[in-house]
Amino acid sequence: MPGNQLKNSRVEARTFFVRAWTLFGGAVVLAVILVVRLFQLQVLEYEVYETRSEHNRIEVQPVAAGRGLIFDRRGVLLAENRSVSSLEIVEERTDGEIAETISAVSDLIEIQRSEIEAFHKRLKRRRRPYQAIPLKLRLLEHEAAIIRVNGHLLPGVQVSNIAARHYPLGEIGAHAIGSVRRITADDLKRLDQTRYAATRYVGRRGIEAFYEHSLHGQVGHRRVEVDVRGRVVRELELSAPEKGADLRLHLDSRLQILAYSALGDRRGAIVAIDPGSGGILAMVSRPSYDPNLFVRGMKSDEYRTLSDSRELPLFNRAVQGQYAPGSTFKPIVGLAAVSKGVTSWDETIVDRGWFKLQGQQRIYRDWSWTPEDAGGQGIVDLRRAIYRSSNVYFYDLATRLKVDALSVFAHQFGLGSDTAIDVYAAADGILPNRDWKYGAQGEDWYTGDTVNMGIGQGYLLVTPLQLATVASVFAARGRWKQPRMVMSGDESTENSPASVSGPSDKDWELMIDAMEEVVHRGDRGVGDNGTAWSYIGQDITYRMAGKSGTAQVVGINQGEQYDEAELDEFERKHAWFIAFAPSDEPVIAIAVLVENGGGGSSVAAPIAREILDAYLLPRIASNR
Amino acid sequence: MRDYTRYWTSGALLHRDERQNDNFHLDPMLLLPLLCIMGIGLTVLYSAVHQDLSILENQTAKLLAGFIAMTFAAWLHPGVYRRLAPLLYAIGLISLVAVFLFGTTAKGSQRWLDLPLLPRFQPSELMKVTVPLTVAWFLHDRPLPPRTIEVGIALLLAAIPAGLVVRQPDLGTGILIMAGGLVVVLLSGIRWRSIFLGALALLPFVPAYWYLFLNEYQKKRVFTFFDPESDPLGAGWSIIQSTTALGSGGLLGKGLFEGTQSRLDFLPESHTDFIMAVIGEELGFIGVITLIILYVLVMARGMHIAVQAGDTFGRLVAGSLTLTFFVNAILNIAVVSGLVPVTGAPLPLVSFGGTSAIALLVSFGIVMSIHSHRGWR
Repeated sequence: MPGNQLKNSRVEARTFFVRAWTLFGGAVVLAVILVVRLFQLQVLEYEVYETRSEHNRIEVQPVAAGRGLIFDRRGVLLAENRSVSSLEIVEERTDGEIAETISAVSDLIEIQRSEIEAFHKRLKRRRRPYQAIPLKLRLLEHEAAIIRVNGHLLPGVQVSNIAARHYPLGEIGAHAIGSVRRITADDLKRLDQTRYAATRYVGRRGIEAFYEHSLHGQVGHRRVEVDVRGRVVRELELSAPEKGADLRLHLDSRLQILAYSALGDRRGAIVAIDPGSGGILAMVSRPSYDPNLFVRGMKSDEYRTLSDSRELPLFNRAVQGQYAPGSTFKPIVGLAAVSKGVTSWDETIVDRGWFKLQGQQRIYRDWSWTPEDAGGQGIVDLRRAIYRSSNVYFYDLATRLKVDALSVFAHQFGLGSDTAIDVYAAADGILPNRDWKYGAQGEDWYTGDTVNMGIGQGYLLVTPLQLATVASVFAARGRWKQPRMVMSGDESTENSPASVSGPSDKDWELMIDAMEEVVHRGDRGVGDNGTAWSYIGQDITYRMAGKSGTAQVVGINQGEQYDEAELDEFERKHAWFIAFAPSDEPVIAIAVLVENGGGGSSVAAPIAREILDAYLLPRIASNR
Repeated sequence: MRDYTRYWTSGALLHRDERQNDNFHLDPMLLLPLLCIMGIGLTVLYSAVHQDLSILENQTAKLLAGFIAMTFAAWLHPGVYRRLAPLLYAIGLISLVAVFLFGTTAKGSQRWLDLPLLPRFQPSELMKVTVPLTVAWFLHDRPLPPRTIEVGIALLLAAIPAGLVVRQPDLGTGILIMAGGLVVVLLSGIRWRSIFLGALALLPFVPAYWYLFLNEYQKKRVFTFFDPESDPLGAGWSIIQSTTALGSGGLLGKGLFEGTQSRLDFLPESHTDFIMAVIGEELGFIGVITLIILYVLVMARGMHIAVQAGDTFGRLVAGSLTLTFFVNAILNIAVVSGLVPVTGAPLPLVSFGGTSAIALLVSFGIVMSIHSHRGWR
């Protein structure tokens, strides 16, 4: 036996006995500590952990409500919801390197380098385990199919579906219908977080923006049990979302398409209104843009190309563009003067092609004026002043009427304010008076300002929507309805018609007669045809009342003749034409603007005729 | 003063009279709580693996194999273990080195050895049995308490395999192997003063150990232990989820197969190292306490057997194997309940895993053998 000492079994056994039970005691103490800890966790703090466990397990997921659809007056879809697939990767479920998975995917479908970069950026962000990261948004149908078929070879790769807005009319309807766009960080600050918890898009322009509240619907919620991967194991409770309201517009998509193509490549706007209801039948602004791009999302340079274009495709000229109305304003001046007793239908003046205020040197010219002083319409009464569009007559009339009376009267036609019920971001235009000029320019109103205003120039600015409204006011003989986009199902909620006070029924009829002459009075010689007759009136089969306007963009110096062709394109005159038909029982009123288009009768009137023909001829044919 | 010699002889005599069959060496008092633990273990395992019958069958087969091995181990005379101890130790060390050279890696740790003709196993688990045997063999015929140099050698015998295992890296098993050797030394009668001084002397090595031997992930686990919320989705995840599972079980638990934390996979390693959280979640405080009491019963019986053993080797081996088993359980529960950093130790006889269960059953076979052969010198 090694060692210096002999083994002493008895002592050893005794020592061991003490040691063993001491260590046993120590172990039991450790066990007691554990029991205390478990008591703390499971009994004392039970509720804390119970809550935490429920929080783990139960997820309240917002459920997006389907966005309301938008239809035209005949039920044609103008804005629909389409299912869009996107490709996502769950990193935790992939085999091996994520780069291998991506290259395997790009062997099957095309993946852009920028998409891979964006993916890696998202991958680096902190996220919960098993959260899917999108790699490619908006898969084509066959791409989604390829991925689904090869799903078993691509662990962690999945295809998910969301509903995205689609506008079948594309750029044709863009300015009327508007568009939605992805909710941005800025949007989130002003949107109701709860209501929009499941929403990805918000109305940005047009109907989509104005009716955002009703289109959006009510978000639903479901309580689901999820596993750690975030996968829903079962649904515990569902409060279904309420689908957004569908909207039916007064818009006539056929007329809209026709109006869009009638403008051609010219910059301009067309608004057509049903005078009976105030419903907007067509609203076109060119150039336009594809609203689907906003749904898809644009790269910043793509967006910049749109927003920085000199042609302003994003600008809705129909409701935001403000222009001098030119001669289209003359019927209002005439009615104002007649109803105020400033003139009568019989009174005549001599138009020699120019006008001077008493005691002033400045010459105000007629459009027919020539440096040789050969222009002028001769003897004109109000009726002739309308169909010949005599400037001199209205210079004189406005001067006698004075600005205040004219301004108050014109306001009844919806000028100087936004009278539309539901047009998004419609501009007010400017209906000037003394107070306005003092406030805006810090200057007194001069009589010369009234002279200019008499022919729809000067400070007066209107939008195409406002001029279409003016046309519909004439069509309705003063008892007009506010313009509106959406058909209200209940007629009683329709706005009660506004009314123009002053002119008698006879005054209206005489003025409308005069406006019919603009189109229909022909074969009377160069000096006595309606201004638009030679362009649109010769073969017309229905009665149309109209008024042309040619609005100056730049001031013309005294005594100068200028050559339209020499001016920069953007300095040429704007061409206007307002019209309604059939003139005794109008069903459509229209305003056509061609920016820098030149003469209203020669450029804008044929467009108006094309649209009225398209709208009326089938009706006339079917009534026969 | 009591006559301790009489204490064990009288017990042995009494026991021998009770024994009816000399070929039956299993100890019913030890076997009963062990079977209870395994029963609870299989039940909860079935729940933790989402009632996958194949895994349950697999584990049951391993436990049966372990039971057979235990029966055989109990039948062998303790002298066999004493003589075989150095050989087993050598085989163990060689296989640990083999793990290093060509072991199988799983979850970032090289623990398994795939040898031809043998099932895949973890040499580190076998070392949990071999180290107490070897240290006891080394000390058994020396006068006790051992001299300092002997203590040093004894501790080295444990430290070499423990160090190898920690480098795998498997800190939990390494600690348990070291504890196995340490417990033998403590039981051998080393003076309390020496224990105290030794611990004091080791203290300066803690920082050295921290900087030289711990991996980044091990350090991170220690940091997140003190503040799990600092990395709730990373290293703190398992401890947050396991305390949540335990705490949400409450007094009576959510019911078997009803634990959401495990059923919905929030709890990681729910069938291996964190199976205690499943017990706590589904069977509640009551279930956890029951299991702890069963472990205490096993330890009490084991210590009783150790105290009654007729020779030094038997005493040391039975005491060490029993205490290590209990420390193993305590360590696992302490990890799961967030009292100590995550170390990766299975819950003995409950966690899924064959090598560990078989090794533990064999070790209790040895304890039973020590008990049933104590009269036969």
